[in-house]
Amino acid sequence: MFLNQFLLLSVALFAIGVYGVLARRNGVMVLMSIELILNAVNINLVSFAAFTENLAGEVFALFVIAVAAAEVGVGLAMIMLLYRNRRNIDLTELDLMKG
Amino acid sequence: MTDLFIFASATAELAENVLPLGITEGGAWLLRNAWIIPLIPALSFVGILFFGKRMPRQGAELGVAAIGIAFVLAVLTGAAWMDHRDNYHGDEVTQAVIAVDHGDAADHGEGHAPEHPSLAVSNTMTWFQVGGMTISVGVLVDGLAVMMLFVVTLVSLLVHIYSTDYVGGDRRYTHYFAFLSLFSASMLTLVISENTLQLLVAWELVGVCSFALIGHWWEEKPNSDAAMKAFLTNRVGDMGLLVGITVLFFSVGSALPDAFGSFSIATTNTLANSGLLSHTALLVSATCLMAAVMSKSGQFFLHTWLPDAMAGPTPVSALIHAATMVVAGVFMIARLYGVFFEGFSIGGSSINLMAVVGGLTTLVGASLAFVQRDIKKVLAYSTISQLGYMVLALGVGAWTAAVFHLFTHAFFKACLFLGSGSVAHAVHSFDMKSDMGGMRKAMPHTYRTFVIGSIALAGLPPLAGFWSKDEILAGTGGWGLFGGTGGNGAYTGMLIMGMVTAALTAAYMTRVIYLTFFGEFRGHGEIHESGPRIVVPLWILAGLAMVAGLFNLPPGFQLVPESMQERFGHYVEPAAAYFPGISHASPSWSLAIFSTLVVMAGAGSAYWYYFIKVEAAAKASGQSLTELSNGPTSRWPLAKMGHNLLENKYYLDHLYTGIIAEGTKGPLARAVYRFNQQVIDRTVDKVGETAVVSGQFVYDKIDQLLVDGAVNTSGRLASEAGGELRKIQSGKVQSYAAILFAAATVLAGILIVIV
Amino acid sequence: MENLLDSWGLTAATFVPMLGVALMMFVPKEKEDLHKKIALVTSLVVAVIGVLLLVQFDLDATGQLQFAVDHMWIDVINSHYAMGLDGMSLPLVLLTMLVVPLCIVYSWDHFPAPANPKAFLMLILILETGMIGTFMAQDLVLFFVFFEVVLLPMFFMIAVWGGEDRRYASLKFFLYTLFGSALMLVSFLSLYFLSGAESFVLTDLAQAVAENGISRTAGLWIFGGMLLGFGIKVPMFPFHTWLPDAHTQAPTVGSVILAAVLLKLGTYGFIRIAIPVLPEAAVEWAPWIGLLAVVGIIYGALGCLAQTDMKRLIAFSSVAHMGFVMLGISTLTDFGINAAIMGMVAHGLITGMLFFIAGSIKERYHTLDIARLGGLLLKAPRMGWILGLSVMASLGLPGLAGFWGEFPAILSTYNPANGLPVETFRTYMVISALGTVLAAGYLLWLLQRTAFGTPTEEFADLDIPDVTRHEWIAWTPMIALILAIGIYPNLIFRVTDGAVDASLNECLQVNTQEMSAEDIEALHCAPVYNLGSGAHVVDEHAVSGD
Repeated sequence: MFLNQFLLLSVALFAIGVYGVLARRNGVMVLMSIELILNAVNINLVSFAAFTENLAGEVFALFVIAVAAAEVGVGLAMIMLLYRNRRNIDLTELDLMKG
Repeated sequence: MTDLFIFASATAELAENVLPLGITEGGAWLLRNAWIIPLIPALSFVGILFFGKRMPRQGAELGVAAIGIAFVLAVLTGAAWMDHRDNYHGDEVTQAVIAVDHGDAADHGEGHAPEHPSLAVSNTMTWFQVGGMTISVGVLVDGLAVMMLFVVTLVSLLVHIYSTDYVGGDRRYTHYFAFLSLFSASMLTLVISENTLQLLVAWELVGVCSFALIGHWWEEKPNSDAAMKAFLTNRVGDMGLLVGITVLFFSVGSALPDAFGSFSIATTNTLANSGLLSHTALLVSATCLMAAVMSKSGQFFLHTWLPDAMAGPTPVSALIHAATMVVAGVFMIARLYGVFFEGFSIGGSSINLMAVVGGLTTLVGASLAFVQRDIKKVLAYSTISQLGYMVLALGVGAWTAAVFHLFTHAFFKACLFLGSGSVAHAVHSFDMKSDMGGMRKAMPHTYRTFVIGSIALAGLPPLAGFWSKDEILAGTGGWGLFGGTGGNGAYTGMLIMGMVTAALTAAYMTRVIYLTFFGEFRGHGEIHESGPRIVVPLWILAGLAMVAGLFNLPPGFQLVPESMQERFGHYVEPAAAYFPGISHASPSWSLAIFSTLVVMAGAGSAYWYYFIKVEAAAKASGQSLTELSNGPTSRWPLAKMGHNLLENKYYLDHLYTGIIAEGTKGPLARAVYRFNQQVIDRTVDKVGETAVVSGQFVYDKIDQLLVDGAVNTSGRLASEAGGELRKIQSGKVQSYAAILFAAATVLAGILIVIV
Repeated sequence: MENLLDSWGLTAATFVPMLGVALMMFVPKEKEDLHKKIALVTSLVVAVIGVLLLVQFDLDATGQLQFAVDHMWIDVINSHYAMGLDGMSLPLVLLTMLVVPLCIVYSWDHFPAPANPKAFLMLILILETGMIGTFMAQDLVLFFVFFEVVLLPMFFMIAVWGGEDRRYASLKFFLYTLFGSALMLVSFLSLYFLSGAESFVLTDLAQAVAENGISRTAGLWIFGGMLLGFGIKVPMFPFHTWLPDAHTQAPTVGSVILAAVLLKLGTYGFIRIAIPVLPEAAVEWAPWIGLLAVVGIIYGALGCLAQTDMKRLIAFSSVAHMGFVMLGISTLTDFGINAAIMGMVAHGLITGMLFFIAGSIKERYHTLDIARLGGLLLKAPRMGWILGLSVMASLGLPGLAGFWGEFPAILSTYNPANGLPVETFRTYMVISALGTVLAAGYLLWLLQRTAFGTPTEEFADLDIPDVTRHEWIAWTPMIALILAIGIYPNLIFRVTDGAVDASLNECLQVNTQEMSAEDIEALHCAPVYNLGSGAHVVDEHAVSGD
């Protein structure tokens, strides 16, 4: 019962994140949604770590935070470049890789 | 690899399982080295091919010289053989065999006269080794081979000399002589072949020379069509040769302890004679080989190529399509006679495939010769008919008679062909009805030699054809009146066929002589006798046509001493183990007289029609006629001329000419010819066309549509599937993400369900 | 010298072309003459090595691998760098070494568009490595690698220098062959694992199969995979459809190499790998192979009769001729396989010649439409005669090489190896003999329509040059060999006979005619050979009955 609430929070965050990734057109918003997903994961990791009294989860969470920071850095840089080249950051218009 | 041949003296332990082969490895140097004879023209072929154009006479001199040397050697070889036949007492080669108890083995091999055997000279070397056995190449020289060497080199020499004039100035003079040389070499190889494989090689080579020479003037399509027809028809027969040789190869192998097969002719014949080979195998192979004979020697119903082959130059027709190549089939039967004799059970029966084929051919050829306008086609059909005679003779077991007929026929038929060429050389046409007539005055030599050749062909005594034809008729063993029996069986049917052909032959040759040399000239321009290079060969051949028959006077012929009787048979017919024990028919005066009367009757009726009736009609109308203007069934034109006496004769003539001659000449021959052209020839054409059409069908419908279609369809399916899948590849990050999440959800669902 | 040849001869023969390729990579593309010279010299060096190998080759031990090398190559999968030369591979290796320089000489002056001699010649040399390597490899993995090395250069040759429809043809060729190779590889691997052999070396595999045995089903499947892989390359009916397209579209030299050598890789695979390693499966498959072969003979001939394009006709004739080769192989007899090798060499020379001539005609007339040609003998008499000779050789005229592939194959079909249905094979014999008639038909028809007659109006005034110097140099050796082998077939049979004999399982060939039942028992032959029954053995050599 203790675990449940954390998991529900995590699910909610994850769902919001997925919705954001799939539905938002703005690149920055998509990046932030990805952050939400990652944080949902973090919550999961930390809560299970506390529940099972195993530090590994918390260590993982720290890693995730670090990686997420790097990812946001790279992602934002890409969006900046995108903006410079195209004067907008609408992801639905980006289909250069279309097969 | 143990040696195939084991001397009886050396292997005592095999003594009861060895067979004498009737051959020896000794003998005179010339006999052992007869391979030199074909080698000379072969070298000449190479020489002419490479240097011919640079020679002063464009290579012809090389060809003539080579065949001349070959002829001299052939004569010397002949002399050496005569000595060998009478005086040789060397060792005989034997062959170890597996004894198979056929029960009747003891019955075979009997019938040899207890005279001095004629051991054939065999000299072989290894050709190649494959599959653990040795295939050799070499010579097998006996009377038959020596006789063929003589005939081929002689006719070839005369044709060479004749050709220097006849095709002089031709657009491909050098090539012509090159191929004549190659042909001579191949033909000479064929006649001395030691084994069937070598025979097959030479057999195909003469075929290809024939192809090249028939199509000599290949710019015109009919000529190359004729060449192709000849080659393809022969190829059909060669199928039989391939299969027949294969069957023989393995069935001989089954009787040998140390090899799984053998091509050797001597071994094959000896085993066949001694009953060690299964009769079925012999029957199958003899039938297959018969197909090859039918195509090569123009036997009914594979004969249609031979008249077409007249598209080639006339000397070629004389050499290849009359005297030598077309008798290759007859030669093969004579060479492998053990196989044919046992396979067709010639001894002691009254009908067999070979005799029937020969008999039909001789009738078909003779009747067709009647309706031809083209002088060479008459001679071509005549050749078919005479080849039928030879095959008939072999079919009834009259081996010597057949070979002797081959010998005499080569001379008089070559003489006739060369004569027709001489005539055609003068008038530039082969059409007797529109371009010839009355040429006896302008061309006396050609005329005389042609008549001699015709009489020899018709078979009137004492010219060559009479003796050989008479021997064949006696050899059928079907006469039985005052002698004339004692052949290999009572082939009465064959006797009748031969007799009818004799009458027909005399009649159509009379017609040819009238149309060509009598009446008034119907062509254009001045005509002259041909030059010496044409006339001299004609006289040589005519001379031989007169005397060749004397080489084989029948035994018991009372007018000459015994030492002059049957010389040809003595030297040519083998008396050795590789030759079957055939019985010889006794000759008969009554048969000879009767057949002469038949010939005279045939010639007489034609003479009456042409020399009397047509000639008279021509005189009356003042122009040269080739036949009566009114058919004999309508009102007779002589009535109008007021010749009552002749009119009275008319009714008799109606019987003779209208029913017998005209009936043969008209409806029957025409029907046969129509059958020939419409049915057989058409079938040949149709088979070709059908092959092309079915080829088209197979290619279009099966190959392109079905087989290739299946390949293409699989490719297209892959490509279409790719096209569908490609739509997923939208390039948008979010749709990928959507798929990712959807897939993850599905997988998670599956995981939950399973776990 | 001798020792060097023993240890390095085969490796040198295989990889010297690659040295040439490496050298050419550093030469700029513009120096065309230099490229030609390097390529020619390289191929001639290979030919010289070939001659040295031939001289040193012990003709009395053709059944043994000579100049053999065997080193560990890929440890993990027990694959060896094993090369060797015996009587079966020697003729084909020499054929390759002959054809390649001739092709280079032939294309000296007239490279097909887009010229680029550098790339073209490099491809030819790579091809040479692949072909020679395939014939010498004694390890299945090595064999497979070389087998595939051949594929790519040929693909590019067709795709870049080919005719109008080259992309379709090249892709078809590539995919078809690759499909076969895939199955072949599966077969190789399963053979290795199921037999439990020590390595991929052929002798090890054969030994393992003989000692450990392999289940009948597995053997059949493995053989079937190889049949498909090799059969596509041959090409056997019904896997032949890539061939006419590839031949028609390929540049002349490509067609020549394809016909002369590439097709032989398939048949060589049968006699080198499939039959020696899996004799029992071969016995069960042989009637079907024979059936496909005779169907191919008749079918190919009928296909030829329907063609209007000269090159396509020659391509279809390959189907028929390779049918004779496969027929010889399907008898599983010493005689038949010797005939097959002879047939391969003869077909390589003759069909190669025919493609050379077709290429030269195309170059002069700019068409190969048979209906538009004609009168070649008038326009270019020498070329016409050479065409005539090649046609005669192709239809199996005795005295020329083609005959010795055809007739012995037909002959051997009369009496196939132990365990094969005799009546079936005799039927095949008769049908294949019919094929010789059809062959004469389509080839003479071709000759008549192209060489005989008078030129069509279209070309009546066109000046057609006769055989050029480069063409003479390229053609003379081939014509000379066609004649030499035709007159003295022992040139080939002497070399192949021992090797073929050694490669065949004793049970296939043993002659039980004079053997007692115990002796037959002692041979330990599987029931598939039908030796024990006794009823089959003795009298089948003659036509039964009587």
